Amino acid sequence: MWKTIFLNAVKMLFLLLAVSFITFMLVELSPIDAVSAYIGENSATDAQREQIAEYWGLNQPPLTRYLKWISNLLHGDMGTSMIYRQPVIKVISEHFKLSFWLMLFSWILSGILGLLLGVTASVYRESVIDKIIKIYCLALESSPAFWIGMILLLIFSVRLQIFPMGLASPVGTAVTDATLGERVQHMILPVTALSLTGISKITLQTREKMNQVLESDYALFARTRGETIWQFVFRHGLRNILLPFITLQFGALSELFGGSVLAETVFTYPGLGNTTVQSALKGDIPLFLGIAVFSALFVFIGNLTANILYAVADPRIREGERNS
Amino acid sequence: MIKKLQNRRLQTILIIIFSVLVIGVITVTGMTMSSDAYATSFENKNLPPSSAHLFGTDWMGRDMFMRTIKGLSTSIYIGLAASGVTSIIALFLGIIAGMSGKHGSAVFNWFVDLFMGIPHLILLILISILLGKGTKGVTVGVIVTHWCTLGRIVQAEILSLKNSQYVQASEKLGKSKLWIACRHILPHVVPQFIVGLVLMFPHAIMHESSVTFLGFGLPPEQPAIGIILSESMKYLTTGMWWLAVLPGISLLLIVILFEVIGNQLRLLIDPYSVQE
Amino acid sequence: MKKENIILEAKDISVRFRMYDRGLKKYQLEVIKNLNITLHEGEILAVVGASGSGKSVLAHGILGILPSNAELGGEILFEHQPLTKKLRKEKVGSEIIMIPQSVTYLDPLMKTGKQVQGIKGTKQQQEQAFERYGLKKSVSDMYPFQLSGGMARRALISTAVISNAKLILADEPTPGLSEEIALETMKHFRELADSGCSILMITHDIEIALKAADTIAVFYDGQTIDTCTSEQFRQGKDALHHPYTKALWSALPQNGFCVPENFLRKEYSE
Repeated sequence: MWKTIFLNAVKMLFLLLAVSFITFMLVELSPIDAVSAYIGENSATDAQREQIAEYWGLNQPPLTRYLKWISNLLHGDMGTSMIYRQPVIKVISEHFKLSFWLMLFSWILSGILGLLLGVTASVYRESVIDKIIKIYCLALESSPAFWIGMILLLIFSVRLQIFPMGLASPVGTAVTDATLGERVQHMILPVTALSLTGISKITLQTREKMNQVLESDYALFARTRGETIWQFVFRHGLRNILLPFITLQFGALSELFGGSVLAETVFTYPGLGNTTVQSALKGDIPLFLGIAVFSALFVFIGNLTANILYAVADPRIREGERNS
Repeated sequence: MIKKLQNRRLQTILIIIFSVLVIGVITVTGMTMSSDAYATSFENKNLPPSSAHLFGTDWMGRDMFMRTIKGLSTSIYIGLAASGVTSIIALFLGIIAGMSGKHGSAVFNWFVDLFMGIPHLILLILISILLGKGTKGVTVGVIVTHWCTLGRIVQAEILSLKNSQYVQASEKLGKSKLWIACRHILPHVVPQFIVGLVLMFPHAIMHESSVTFLGFGLPPEQPAIGIILSESMKYLTTGMWWLAVLPGISLLLIVILFEVIGNQLRLLIDPYSVQE
Repeated sequence: MKKENIILEAKDISVRFRMYDRGLKKYQLEVIKNLNITLHEGEILAVVGASGSGKSVLAHGILGILPSNAELGGEILFEHQPLTKKLRKEKVGSEIIMIPQSVTYLDPLMKTGKQVQGIKGTKQQQEQAFERYGLKKSVSDMYPFQLSGGMARRALISTAVISNAKLILADEPTPGLSEEIALETMKHFRELADSGCSILMITHDIEIALKAADTIAVFYDGQTIDTCTSEQFRQGKDALHHPYTKALWSALPQNGFCVPENFLRKEYSE
């Protein structure tokens, strides 16, 4: 079991390296001019521009710079953000703290609700309940995350004025100074928007898996032994969809990250998603590069966790190796 | 009983025809529309929906219904182009991976993992910037990020067919690889591929509008749904709800139509899903 | 065998499936038509027929677990009462029990012991059953994928013992088993029947069925075309009446594997 996990981790390390290389080269090829991005609104003479390029090491060939960047990265240095004038690591960790809670709550919420709806739809397969859940999922799956956010804003902030229009804390208050209540209040709409978009996939897949389990031979046998459908679901169903659910739920991290970019933009929530858009719009190469690699790391850690959990939870892997 | 069931087949076909017609009409109307239909007209600023302006007008007096239709047709156009190209790439790579044995599969899987490793939206933004934003950037971005899933489906289908008994029997009977591919493998892969292609469209169009919404996609002067919705963000607080709600619902309906076509096609092609 | 006490009676059973073909064309598949069987207390009745001829559907029909696209016709009586939905709910799982054909009928992720107990049995009952069939205590902590063929078969039979069943439906109890384990299974069935259970065994293997069964019902083309005692079978071809049954007899290994020319033709069913 540990061998499998170790091999997976090594494989992911290589993938991460490849991701960083590709991202670096893509940014390199892009028409963003790092020097102009640094200068921003100010004007500069050609001599000054050259100085800046020299200072940032921008006049060296791309491969040299990549190697330097990656070796710095291994020392925990991702360069300096041009728009924040702070180390990239610091910018990312500060903004990710805010996004982390947003993503965590949405992730848990969409996981639980998706599981619940999926199992219910499957148990009452082809009934009215099933059809309503399916239509609901189809509608959610077909609406872009940012639009759902806008509709939530329209209803709850503009019309009903229950929740604030955006940000992570009241206007004029720093996030760190805001009370817990204020922060929760600012988080409710973004979390709702983000989890709503995640639910439909989990629901539909859970329904699919549960249908397979309910059609299995052992479901048939359990029925002949007097188990009702809900007894079967709790005794056998849940444990058998647990493994695909783990894969699904951790696999959703990639979309969760993308969704958070959209949700944070709509709700002007100052997390990592918002920073991603800002860094890309303003051509802050070190920061954008850092976020891209960080997002890949985020996804890979999710996959690795899923692999480990899978190996621990599945007796066919766990016990299989002990016996052999 | 039998009559009712025959109706079901007819129903499926009618639903497909209807959906295709709606999408076709919107696309053609949008493409042939002159820009006068949504021209600026300051006498008609900020009007709520009415019979003259079904979706109301915006702060420049432009008719939102016409803009929405135009925007939808642009989105459909880009979505079709992107999902068409990316499906062909997926088919091509999937077939190569499926046919080329263990090492080919490993390489293919490695690349899929690589592309799935970065959140799609980040990669889309990156590619969009690389190609100088605009229509080209979004289209290529969607193409680059979307081939993975369908490619995997094609690969898996081919692998399972290759190991199936009747294909192995054909091999033993001395049939050529080409004959097996045409007689046994293609007839199974093509339906899966078509359904995958149709179901890819909603993803394509939604990613297109998301990237445009964030400001990395289509240019602001183009009436695209992403642009319309991102502009309407500024007017949310003014109570002009129709700017965000109606174009959004239209987009939702188009996406649902494509999902319906895909699912109904699957019913026709894969009857095992309807035995219940 | 007490002939007088009828446990199960199935009259004019038919099972039809509604099927869809590619393009949603629809057709009906009649797997069972006009099937009649009678099972007495303490009797083992073997329904013998070719693989894939739809015998399992019979067991599923009695248990009420046919898929939703299937239609069950005719009348099934359990202890002279019509087996309605309500009666099934009461009896299936306690007095009427199925012994499934393979380990795939066990939840792959639940330990065997807990599974054999089911929702109605206790740990004590399960341990007694395991002891009766010579399964070690450690088996109850194993997952189904860790069981050998023989262990799995005995564990599956244990499920029937736990519930004090009156009627046991055994669906293909022997394929994939070595002859030794298959014979052992038949011995267990005989014991169960001698203690008062009635067993309906569905199988394609007459040779094995003859070891334990009292009565053989020959299943062909969706109906039971002949019913005879296994005594008749043992006596030889002349004791049998129906031509298909005679042909089956001739096809047995000890009778020379003789397959008549028209063996596979439809005429037998007319």
